[in-house]
Amino acid sequence: MNDRDLPAGLTALDRPNSYIGRSVARPNLARLTQGRGQYVSDVVLPRMAHAAFVRSPHAHARIKQINTDAAKRVPGVIAVVTGAELATVCTPWVGVLTHLKGLKSAPQHAVAVERACWQGEAVVAVVARTRALAEDAAELVEVEYEELPAVTDAETALDKATPVIHPDLGDNLTFERTLDAGQVDKALNESDAVVETTFLFGRHTGVTNEPRAAVADWNEGAQRLTVHHGTQAPHMMQNIFAKHLGLAEHQVRVVTNDVGGSFGIKVHVYADEMATVALSKLLKRPVKYVADRIESFVTDIHARDHRVKARIGVTKDGRITAFEIDDLTGIGPYSVYPRTSGIEANQIVNLVGGPYACPNYRARARVVFQNKNVMCQYRAVGHPIATAVTEGLVELAAAKIGIDPVEVRRKNLIADEAYPCGSAAGLKFEKLSHHASLDKLIAMMDYDRLRRDQAAARARGIHRGIGFAAFIEVTNPSAAFYGVGGARISSQDGATVRLDAQGAVICHTGVTEQGQGSEAVIAQVVATSFGVPLDRVRVITGDTDNTPYGGGTWASRAAGIGGEAAWQAGKALRANVLAVAASILQAEPKALDIRAAAVVDADTGRERIGLDEVARIAYFRPDTLPPGFQAELMATRHYVPRAWPFAFTNGIQASHLEVDTDTGFVTLLDHWVVEDCGTVINPQLVDEQIRGGVVQGIGAALFEHCLYDAQGQLLNGNMADYLVPMAAEMPDIQVGHVVTPTGDSEIGAKGAGEAGTAGAPGAVMNAVNDALRPLGARSITVMPITPGVVLQALGKSE
Amino acid sequence: MTAHEITLTVNGEEVREAVEPRTTLVDFLRDTLGLTGSHVGCEHGVCGACSVRLDGAVVRGCLTLAVQCDGHKVETIEGASDSGAIADLQEAFRTRNALQCGYCTPAMLLTAAELLAGGGVPSRAAIREHLSGNYCRCTGYHAIIDAVEAVARVRAGATS
Repeated sequence: MNDRDLPAGLTALDRPNSYIGRSVARPNLARLTQGRGQYVSDVVLPRMAHAAFVRSPHAHARIKQINTDAAKRVPGVIAVVTGAELATVCTPWVGVLTHLKGLKSAPQHAVAVERACWQGEAVVAVVARTRALAEDAAELVEVEYEELPAVTDAETALDKATPVIHPDLGDNLTFERTLDAGQVDKALNESDAVVETTFLFGRHTGVTNEPRAAVADWNEGAQRLTVHHGTQAPHMMQNIFAKHLGLAEHQVRVVTNDVGGSFGIKVHVYADEMATVALSKLLKRPVKYVADRIESFVTDIHARDHRVKARIGVTKDGRITAFEIDDLTGIGPYSVYPRTSGIEANQIVNLVGGPYACPNYRARARVVFQNKNVMCQYRAVGHPIATAVTEGLVELAAAKIGIDPVEVRRKNLIADEAYPCGSAAGLKFEKLSHHASLDKLIAMMDYDRLRRDQAAARARGIHRGIGFAAFIEVTNPSAAFYGVGGARISSQDGATVRLDAQGAVICHTGVTEQGQGSEAVIAQVVATSFGVPLDRVRVITGDTDNTPYGGGTWASRAAGIGGEAAWQAGKALRANVLAVAASILQAEPKALDIRAAAVVDADTGRERIGLDEVARIAYFRPDTLPPGFQAELMATRHYVPRAWPFAFTNGIQASHLEVDTDTGFVTLLDHWVVEDCGTVINPQLVDEQIRGGVVQGIGAALFEHCLYDAQGQLLNGNMADYLVPMAAEMPDIQVGHVVTPTGDSEIGAKGAGEAGTAGAPGAVMNAVNDALRPLGARSITVMPITPGVVLQALGKSE
Repeated sequence: MTAHEITLTVNGEEVREAVEPRTTLVDFLRDTLGLTGSHVGCEHGVCGACSVRLDGAVVRGCLTLAVQCDGHKVETIEGASDSGAIADLQEAFRTRNALQCGYCTPAMLLTAAELLAGGGVPSRAAIREHLSGNYCRCTGYHAIIDAVEAVARVRAGATS
């Protein structure tokens, strides 16, 4: 059946035996439940050596002298390499993008040369037969440092009296962006109430369960580099390894099998991973490096360290008149390569006020250098900040004029009939569903009953709160995100599908599996568009030698972009296979279809020939096909969104919690999410992305904080002192959907990977304030909301 | 560093190896025996990814030294899988998508199996409490609790 011939009311997705919209189990899970995964940590190669790093104990120090003699004498030590020595193999990099005008950074080396700029920066690399030996030897390396003044406070980083970290750059300003839309001053002057406050967000990090890992294997004979790498973007890393080691891209293969959690942490260039690759080239043998947890805390990118001064204006009948923000963020001593550390602040400017029909918006964001670990993009980049600021302001404004937080949203969320439209910040929305989502959420949580229960509990001295957070999410990015800024980060993605000799389908995709379920989603799409049962599809990901060029996993793009490429490739292969079948059957291709692994009459569904038989004839008896006919049983298609720079999604979350006003402890009772990611290919996988994302957002709201002292020392860089969400403290999370497909692709899927993280912190913060407001507490605009923060708000603690 | 010879049973097989006193059980299992189903997450006893069974009790593989296991029985996810003893739990995790990246999963399964071995149908709060030493960054735990609860119900139904 041709898609255009479908009966009225059906879409291309309603093919017979469609897997679109079905919660099928992921094909890779049985393996992982049996401990039969293959993570980079598990990879062992012949002649493999292990790297460990001597890291700077100082936030900022000149490296005066390095003595490696004792380390080199340890039996089993293969090499002890300084930054200057490694720089002969690996060139430095600078993390800038041309479309973030004025963004500047300094050259960063794989191992520090002359100067260490944060506590934890690698200063010497040690390679030995085992990791334990390498660590033993690292302890014997003597480094003489001259401590330099550390710039740690973002608030004073731009002061004249503050030292400039990179003197060549002139100042400590990485990037600044301003925006002024509408008439903010006039709108604020004409408001009945203006709320002004400062939000503080704690610097936190990804804490992937498997730390970052790489096994680099430079084969001197083949002049080829293979890197087994726990990354989200194999092709991007192929380009970067090649560029900085002086190789051609075709000399570099990046292999990514199982990855123990990514969340944006593993989409960046890390100095110690570059060093590992360079060491392999230098030593002509495989070198393995797996960050230990202590190293992860001081080197995995941090994120979300923002101070946002913010204002909102509102009329007494609840109309929002203006938003204004001033964001300041300290991103460490380097803008991270190649995505830069300007994107998070840029996103905050883009996203504040985004769900609301309010034309008046002024923003300034300043990004400054400091001597702490680097910050960069982490799951839901900028969204949790922008959402918490926006939604915090909205609920504070609603409280100030005395209207219900749901009512203020009904009055101000962009109408579901208003699309297509734009935001004050210039974002373009194809079609969103804020009001339908809000209605669904209110029904799911039984809002009126919950408010009655809250009042009843309050009468018993139990203080519960209900908080909301509406959000928009950037997904399916086009080249507008990175490509236009000069980064070789692919926004397009490809899929190749081929018929094997027994009639099964193999799909090679450029998107990667980080646990979110890409393999399942790609398999579902191909099974549907080509026409076979799911167990006849095998998906291959994560290998630059064996997958079409693509961007990998980031910005919630795998299903929407990789899925569409796979959908089109499946269709193309169906057409090719039907051409073969038609020549065998002496039929018209358009009278045939493929269903349940057989070629059938399109009209009646009667089976004509099995795919195994088509494959047998095409591969082994092509002599029986008509002269001049060549079977093409492999098809490749690529896809990139063109009509819209991003496929925005939307949704709303609500948190219900209880605050112990004596201890300050917050107990999470319920959490609800309604989100709209367009076509839902696998409902279970979408729901689990949402749930996992929500809990990551809850971590930010209540627990997670990289605590630095004034000298730039990380005080809690371990899992005993840095708190992450564990099972006992987390609530069940109810997820609902509104479905507004994007018209940019045939499958209509938008992303869902970051929506949970985007909204949860704001919802939790608002719920805590809702619980405390009748007690006369100061509004909490600080995260994480620790018991101490709660007690301070209640005036019970300094 | 002086190596000590130890003899222990791992997944039903007798193993004799020389180990350094400082070698942790999980490093021994992974690096010496190639049992990579046990994972290393934090190496300081918090994340739980290295959990294995020692004489039937779930212990942290990163806080147990290999030399302490001399003369004892160790079971890892590989052994528990091949015996079929937790097949229902593994299947429940699969169908409920109670794992994403899968890195915490082998230890999560062994820890959940320990709870279920006590019989009955624990409350969701009790399941959460029992699993609260196993860090999962991907799922948000809800699906894991669902899967464990579902198996408890089936097992309780099967025995009652």
